[in-house]
Amino acid sequence: MDKQHFFDKPGNVKRMLRAFYGVCAALFIADFVFHRHAEQTVEGWWGFYAIYGFVACVLLVLMAKEMRKVLMRGQDYYDEKTRQEHHQEDHQDHG
Amino acid sequence: MVEAISYLSANVLGMPWGIAPAFIFFAGAGFVALLRGWPQRAVLLLTPVVGGLNIAFLEAGNFGHYELFDYGLLMVRADTLSLLFGYLFHLAAFIGALFALQVRDTGQHVAGLAYAGSALGAVFAGDLITLFVFWELLALTSVYLVWARRDEESLGSGTRYLIIQVASGVLLLAGAAIHLGDTGSLAFDKIGLGSTASVLIFLAFGIKCAFPLFHNWLTDAYPAATPTGTVFLGAFTTKVAVYALARGFPGTELLVYIGALMTAFPIFYAVIENDLRRVLCYSMINQIGFMVCGIGIGTALAINGAVSHAFNDVIFKGLLFMSMGAVLHMTGRINGSDLGGLYKTMPFTTGLCIVGAASISAFPLFSGFVSKSMVMTAALAEGYDFIWFVLLFASAGVFHHAGIKIPYFAFFAHDSGIRTKDPPWNMLLAMVIAASICIFNGSYPWVLYSLLPFPVAYEPFTYGHVVAQLQLLFFSALAFAWLMLTGRYPPELVSINIDVEWLYRRLGVRMYHTIANAISELGQEVRTSTLAQIDDIVAEVFRLHGPNGVLARNWPTGGMVLWVAILLAVVLIFYYA
Repeated sequence: MDKQHFFDKPGNVKRMLRAFYGVCAALFIADFVFHRHAEQTVEGWWGFYAIYGFVACVLLVLMAKEMRKVLMRGQDYYDEKTRQEHHQEDHQDHG
Repeated sequence: MVEAISYLSANVLGMPWGIAPAFIFFAGAGFVALLRGWPQRAVLLLTPVVGGLNIAFLEAGNFGHYELFDYGLLMVRADTLSLLFGYLFHLAAFIGALFALQVRDTGQHVAGLAYAGSALGAVFAGDLITLFVFWELLALTSVYLVWARRDEESLGSGTRYLIIQVASGVLLLAGAAIHLGDTGSLAFDKIGLGSTASVLIFLAFGIKCAFPLFHNWLTDAYPAATPTGTVFLGAFTTKVAVYALARGFPGTELLVYIGALMTAFPIFYAVIENDLRRVLCYSMINQIGFMVCGIGIGTALAINGAVSHAFNDVIFKGLLFMSMGAVLHMTGRINGSDLGGLYKTMPFTTGLCIVGAASISAFPLFSGFVSKSMVMTAALAEGYDFIWFVLLFASAGVFHHAGIKIPYFAFFAHDSGIRTKDPPWNMLLAMVIAASICIFNGSYPWVLYSLLPFPVAYEPFTYGHVVAQLQLLFFSALAFAWLMLTGRYPPELVSINIDVEWLYRRLGVRMYHTIANAISELGQEVRTSTLAQIDDIVAEVFRLHGPNGVLARNWPTGGMVLWVAILLAVVLIFYYA
């Protein structure tokens, strides 16, 4: 039987996540408490970096997921042998 | 050659001593080729050390003047810019050699050292011809690191890599020749975009720098190389190109936009890519984008940022490539869909990989933070607000795919059931050295800052910088956690994604087949009709000369005599008539 590791226990995962949410909340609140020097107007808005980071990543992932529909191919797409098979299929299609 | 160089250095410029750094590595490669066993490994490790001692005492100045067809060329131009890349390449060569120490393939060791030597030759080259020679040597020496995997995929990838790299060199040579005609000089200084020559040289640099549309050689060849070869490959070629751009095209505005594009588009690919070393390749283009952007902005702060980020990138990207190389070396797998749960059996590799991930993500106190932020600050200072938004997007994205995805899918995620152990001591030690440099440069950046081309007045650890960066990163991580926990995150799938290479690997091949088929069909027709004609001729000949042919019959002698008699009679009649 395999030894139980840290992340095998759901309790540990939950504790880690809770700590992580805590840090996120603290960082967000920090903007309302301390003045953060900004070079530019937008950058100086409360919570700008937090919101930008979150939205950027969600958009990135969801758009990349859509890209899969156009770009994704089988592992052996460029494979020499498979290519010949594809080629033969093309020929049969034309024939 | 080495004697010639040191003779020149001692006598032409009065330098006390000094050897062109490239030749120490070429000599080392020669010894490694001849030796076997522990002496070979000793030379492999000592070459960067000896080179390091040489370069440590190298003073700013030029030496190694030589002549070719009456043109004065310059082997070594040592100034703050070339020396910084020089130090970096020695460090990278040492780490790469240590990581590869257990490899029993002399060819790879020779290629690694010769490749590092070529990179050093290129950054110290004082003229375009010397640069061209080392530019091509970079391609020729490194391709073996791809081929050494010895399978069909790496053979194909390596060959494509070689063709594209050599093409870049041909553009450089053509540009240099026209530049010579235009200006009468071969010196490699600031060129700037304008003339035909400058465009050719810009393209040559751009190909090696993996500009968008020219980037696919990188994501094609690097993941196909050996576990240790990729560590070398990641360090040199693209950074030589960054150096060349910083030398030849600082302040070229086009680079700002090219750089921004480079930071942004690869991260989409990185999110859906399954091969974790290819994920790192896309993230490499993303990081080079920051450097290219900084070079394009061209202020002292931006150039300092670009160059110091090149330094940090070689080390943290090397660390990430090493950690994935260690995974590949120990498990034989590198696809995210095959891996997971390795933290249980590779705890040290996991920790070291996380240091690399934190560094590339620019976490405060890790190396990326102190260099990337210089480029971003410079972008804002010069009024490139839109570019700044793109760079910020890319910063969040890089954390997402390189900072989280790499360690998460390799070492955590679902347990793949693979049970292995940490790699051999030399691999671990190489990673520990790289991780230490990441943390040192990140926490105490002033040593790195003191080596930069311009004096540094930048203060990385202000409250604003640190908190803003932490907010960006933690909320990017929050997005990852939310997407993961709600099942919206795209799973790792056994697949590849088509990229620009589709044009030459698929469309080009199809067009080739179509044209080849048309030609072969035409040929078939010509052949058929020709054969039919030949058949006709043969049949005719056969009819006349064959067994029953008129001209091949055995006519009886009597008949012959009769015909002769008739003939004579006819002649007689006509004669007397």
